[in-house]
Amino acid sequence: MFVLAQVAMTGPTFALLLTIFVLSIYLGVEIITKVPPTLHTPLMSGSNAISGITIVGALVLAQPGAGFWPNALAFLAIVFATANVVGGYAVTHRMLKMFKKKG
Amino acid sequence: MTIAWDILLYLLCAVGFIVGIKGLTHPRSAVRGNLSSASAMLLAIVVTLFVIRGGHNWFVIVPGILIGGAAGAVMATRVQMTAMPQMVAAFNGFGGVASVFVAGAAVIGLDAVYSGAAEAAADFGVEFDPALPWIQGIAIALTGLIGGVTFSGSGIAYGKLDEWKIFWKDTSLPANQLINAGLLVAALVVGSLVTLVPSLAVVWYALLVVIALALGLTLVLPIGGADMPVVIALLNSYSGLAAAKSGFVIGNTVLIVSGSLVGASGLILTAIMCRAMNRSLTNVLFGKIDASGAKADADEVYGGRVKSTSAEEVAMLLDDADRVVIVPGYGMAVSQAQHAVRDLYKELSDRGKTVEFAVHPVAGRMPGHMNVLLAEVDIPYDRLLDDTQTNSTIETADVAIVLGANDVVNPDARENPQSPIAGMPIIDVDKARTVIVIKRSLSPGFAGIPNPLFAADNTLMFFGDGKKAVVDMVAEVKDL
Repeated sequence: MFVLAQVAMTGPTFALLLTIFVLSIYLGVEIITKVPPTLHTPLMSGSNAISGITIVGALVLAQPGAGFWPNALAFLAIVFATANVVGGYAVTHRMLKMFKKKG
Repeated sequence: MTIAWDILLYLLCAVGFIVGIKGLTHPRSAVRGNLSSASAMLLAIVVTLFVIRGGHNWFVIVPGILIGGAAGAVMATRVQMTAMPQMVAAFNGFGGVASVFVAGAAVIGLDAVYSGAAEAAADFGVEFDPALPWIQGIAIALTGLIGGVTFSGSGIAYGKLDEWKIFWKDTSLPANQLINAGLLVAALVVGSLVTLVPSLAVVWYALLVVIALALGLTLVLPIGGADMPVVIALLNSYSGLAAAKSGFVIGNTVLIVSGSLVGASGLILTAIMCRAMNRSLTNVLFGKIDASGAKADADEVYGGRVKSTSAEEVAMLLDDADRVVIVPGYGMAVSQAQHAVRDLYKELSDRGKTVEFAVHPVAGRMPGHMNVLLAEVDIPYDRLLDDTQTNSTIETADVAIVLGANDVVNPDARENPQSPIAGMPIIDVDKARTVIVIKRSLSPGFAGIPNPLFAADNTLMFFGDGKKAVVDMVAEVKDL
């Protein structure tokens, strides 16, 4: 059995997901406007690491019952997304340590 | 009613990401913020693997995480700070292509979308409406499009930032904008076919990804190095949006929240970069700076009025100065002069002089590029000023040293309404008592226009390699 949807994509559910999406965008804008120029690069690499969240999608799709191709694609997605996550956080940490030394 | 533990725990992850980004608003809390964000990511992965029902193919998951994790860790620990823009571009591309694969795996299992949706609907005790997976179809198409553009666009950005020879010449295509528009229309048509003709969804999706990859190339190819801060910020935003869209594909809340946070962050940075250049996003993406007739102008502008100087003379000027402002630009990154700059800073500070750094928002090749390089060599955080802060006190500066910056200190932006860079916010170094410009030659900057600053009465040109010039200056200052 291959379960793809974690949430039933009914009309109301979609509306709720869309609500989350729009509110998150606004929230993001509100927080990020306050980041000083000095931290623009760490902000970029830090948020870049967060975009590796797509790994969650890949992990959901790697299911024994899904057949060869979905698993092959999920494998590639996991490799790239993990590199994105681990690399992104590590690089951000390296940079922030430099800023902190004299903060 | 069943309690959806996975979604509740995802809420915790979302809060962790928000706290993380919020931490980045100050250097003191930034390290903690990054750790909060990383913990949220770890929790999201754990929840996905151990809380969500449904089988997990460990033979795919474990090696995938090990290989990807090792690759990411090696890249992150090896990279030089000067190569940071390329690194960000590369990781960006990884995120984009991962989203493409995720949606691809979902397309192949599209029939399962129906059964999965039916299963989940039964769980929630709601009526399953089979007409609704078109939402997933649209989300799949958008993920493929945005992810594909992000991947190939980041690839080109990587090459340009890494100064690959192939990108040294003008790489724009004939009728570039027509090609872009054509590819975008094609992508939208093929993308709608994913939903309209789902029996062939896999074929449409594959075709869509090919078109998206081509579009990423044609979008980024014509954009030059100095506009890269905008491009990187924009691609960063896209990789987030791709992740958010893939959340709609599989109905996953944490993907939607964190993806949109990243999307918003990238868009804000893009806007800040554009404002710092006084240009619209459209102009950066599709416009070209018109530098016609720059050659003739150059003789007119410089015509015998350029004075060159030596390390010895600069050292004497610095010895008399109380306030020194240093304006770093891309040239500092290229010649890796930041360590020499630190020595100069220390030498001057030890002699009781006030030394400040004036950092223009688009100096370098990515947002905050100069700040990272200066932080790497331990320049105190409070010594870094932005353009507005600098301009308010620049008139009291005795010496301004311009190191590898050009267009961001060009007074034409302020005084010549006909100039291609008219209206761009600049650092008014020309108002300092003496200006030292360290540059290899009089060659124009990215905008391709001559800079009257070089011929100003109070300017001295120090011709040479950025790093060597600063090292020589430090030696001369020590000898005083």
